[in-house]
Amino acid sequence: MIDDALVRILNDRDSVPKGRLPDIGEEDLVRMLVEMVRIRVFDRRMLALQRQGRIGFYGPVTGQEGAIVGSASAAAEEDWIVPALREGGIAIMRGLPLVEAVAQLIGNALDRCKGRQMPCHYTWKPGRYVSMSSVIGTQISHATGLAMAVRHRGGSEAVLGFLGDGATSSNDFHAGLNFAAVRKAPVVFVCQNNQWSISVPFSKQTASGSVAAKAVAYGMPGVRVDGNDVLAVRAVMAEALSRARAGEGPTLVECLTYRRLGHSSSDDPSRYRDESEVERWEAKDPIARFRRFLENRGLWDDSRQEETEDRIAGEINRAIREAEAAGPVPEETLIQDVFETPDPRLVEHFRNTREGRT
Amino acid sequence: MTTMTLLQAINDGLRTEMKNDDRVLVFGEDVGRNGGVFRATEGLQEEFGEERCFDTPLSECGIIGTAIGMAVYGLRPVPEIQFLDFIYPAFDQIVSEAAKMRYRSGGEYTCPMVVRSPYGGGIRGGHYHSQSAEAYFCHTPGLKVVIPSTPADAKGLLISSIRDEDPVLFLEPKRIYRTMKGEVPDGEHVVPLGKGRIVREGRDCTVVAWGAMIETCLKAAEAMEAEGRTIEIVDPRTLVPLDEELILESVKKTGRLVVVHEAPRTGGFGGEIAALAAEKAIAWLEGPVRRVTGFDTPFPYTLEGLYMPDPNRVVRGIQQTFDW
Repeated sequence: MIDDALVRILNDRDSVPKGRLPDIGEEDLVRMLVEMVRIRVFDRRMLALQRQGRIGFYGPVTGQEGAIVGSASAAAEEDWIVPALREGGIAIMRGLPLVEAVAQLIGNALDRCKGRQMPCHYTWKPGRYVSMSSVIGTQISHATGLAMAVRHRGGSEAVLGFLGDGATSSNDFHAGLNFAAVRKAPVVFVCQNNQWSISVPFSKQTASGSVAAKAVAYGMPGVRVDGNDVLAVRAVMAEALSRARAGEGPTLVECLTYRRLGHSSSDDPSRYRDESEVERWEAKDPIARFRRFLENRGLWDDSRQEETEDRIAGEINRAIREAEAAGPVPEETLIQDVFETPDPRLVEHFRNTREGRT
Repeated sequence: MTTMTLLQAINDGLRTEMKNDDRVLVFGEDVGRNGGVFRATEGLQEEFGEERCFDTPLSECGIIGTAIGMAVYGLRPVPEIQFLDFIYPAFDQIVSEAAKMRYRSGGEYTCPMVVRSPYGGGIRGGHYHSQSAEAYFCHTPGLKVVIPSTPADAKGLLISSIRDEDPVLFLEPKRIYRTMKGEVPDGEHVVPLGKGRIVREGRDCTVVAWGAMIETCLKAAEAMEAEGRTIEIVDPRTLVPLDEELILESVKKTGRLVVVHEAPRTGGFGGEIAALAAEKAIAWLEGPVRRVTGFDTPFPYTLEGLYMPDPNRVVRGIQQTFDW
C-alpha cells in the first residue's frame, strides 16, 4: 500500500502536539510569518495594479504561502531554486529587490530580463533562482540536470525543483524524476498541488490518489504534506534536503494546498468551480493558522500584524513608485542576448529596419 | 596529422575537449559502455570514467532537459541524440528552453551545450533513421546549427561548438561517417563557427550544399567539366550563423546558384539561401536559382535512391540555370 497520509504539524486548533515542534528558533518562526505576509500583501497590491492597467498580467499565489515559505525556508543559501509560476515570492525571499520584482511585472528598463517575458517570470541569479519559461513541466528535468551537475562537481548544495499538479502529467515530470532517481541526484521535487490547472481539477489530471504516490514507481520517497501548514512543509523539506545532501537521492514532496484566486488575472474561476469550495479553503488559510500558533506562544499579536502589513505595504508602494519611474526598455535590447555575440545578419536586419528599410 | 574517418575525427574531437576541460560531459543512449551505436563515443567511458561519459535512460526530453540544467550550472554538456529522427521529444527543451535561456533571463543565465546527432539518408534507414531536420532548428533564434562535411572540419567545428557560449546543434552526416577519410590535425584544432569554405573553385555556377551532399556535388561538378563548365562549391559549414558574405561573393562571381539538400523542399534551408541571392545579388544573377532537394514526402525506405539528390540530379539542376 502507498502511504500518502497527510503530514501535519499544526493540529485542528493550530497548536503543535507535544514533541512535534521542529527545532526552529523563535526569531526564525517570526521571520517565516513575515515572509508569508509579504507574499500576501504583494499579491494583493499587484492584482490591484493589474486591474488598474498598470501591469499586463499577474499570477496570484494567495493561499499558497505556507507551501512557498515552508519549502524555501528549509533551503540553504547555496541551494538552487528551479521555479514554476507560483514561486516568485522565493526570489524575493532570496534577495530580489522589490523594485526589480515590480519592474519585471511592468517590463521596463529596471527589469532584469529586459522586458522580454510576461509578468511573474522572474530571474535572480544572485539568489540562484533560475529563469523559467511558461511551458509546463520543462523545468523539472532542469532541476535534475542541475543536481546531476552538483553531484558531478562534488558540491554540497541541493536543488529545489518546483512544479504544479498539472505538470505531473508532462513528459518532463516522468523524465526528470526518472533521471534523478537513476542518477541519485540531490534534488527535491516540490509539487504545489493547488488542485487546479486553470479550469481542470486534480481529479481530471490524474487517477493516482495523490501526487506523492507517483514517487513509488520512480524508486524515491513521496511525501504528502499539508501545504497550508508551514511548519510541516518546512520539516518535510528539511528532511528531504538532508537526504539529498547525504547522497541518498531525490524526494517528491507534494504540498497539498489550494488556488483560491484565478489561475491568473485573465482567468475567471466562477465559470468552472463552486465558490463554497473556495470558502472551505479560506478557513484553512496558512497565514491565519500560523499566526494563531505564534499568538498562542506569545510571539505575535494583532498590533504586530498590523504594523508588519503597514511596513510591507509601504515598502511595496515605494518599490512601485521607483519601478514606475523607470524608462522603457531601450529598443537596442531587442537584438541583444540571442547569442553571446550578435549574428551579423540580425544586426543588419535591425539596422535596416531602424533606417526605414526592411 | 593523422588520417581519420569522419567518425574517428568526432571521437578525437570529443576526447581532445574532454582532456582540455573537465566540465565537458558526454551522455545519451548507449554512448557509455557501448561507445554509441555508431561508435562515436568509443573508449571515452574507459578513459574518462562513468561520471564523464554515461548512459542515460531512454528519453530524449530527459537527455536534453538534464543537459540544460547542467549547462545552467556551468558544465559543458555534450548530449547525443542517437538519430536526429528521435529528437522530437526533446524539441520543446531545445527550442523553448535552451534556445531562449540567455534571452529570457536578460543574459543572466546561459546554456552552453552541444547536442550531437547523426542525420541524413543513404543508410537504408527508412522514415526514422534518415531525416534531415536542420530547417526546424535554423528557424529558432538562439540556436546554432553546425554541419561538418570532412573529418578535419568535424573535429575543428566540434571543438569550437563545445567552447561556444551558446547552444549548438551539431549534425553529423552519418552516410559518410566511415567512407569519408581525410587528414586531421592532432590535438588542438579549431574551425570557427560562421566561416564557410570553398570546397572547389569554379567560374560558371555556384552550388551551395552541406554534409554528405558535398560529395554528391563534387561528382556533379566533375561531370560538368566535360561540358566545359567549372562549378564552385560552397560549404557554409554552419547554417546558423551563416557565412552570407562567402555565398554572395561566389554568386556574384558565377552569376548562377544551385542549392542542394537532402531535406524536403518546402520550408527547407535552401529557400533561405535562394532568398539571400534574390535579395542581395539579383543584379548578378544570369539565370534562375535552382533547388535540388529531397521530395516533400516522408523519407522512404525502398525508394531512398530516388528520393535523395544524386550527381545526375545536381547536374540537371546546374544545367537548368543555363537553359531556361
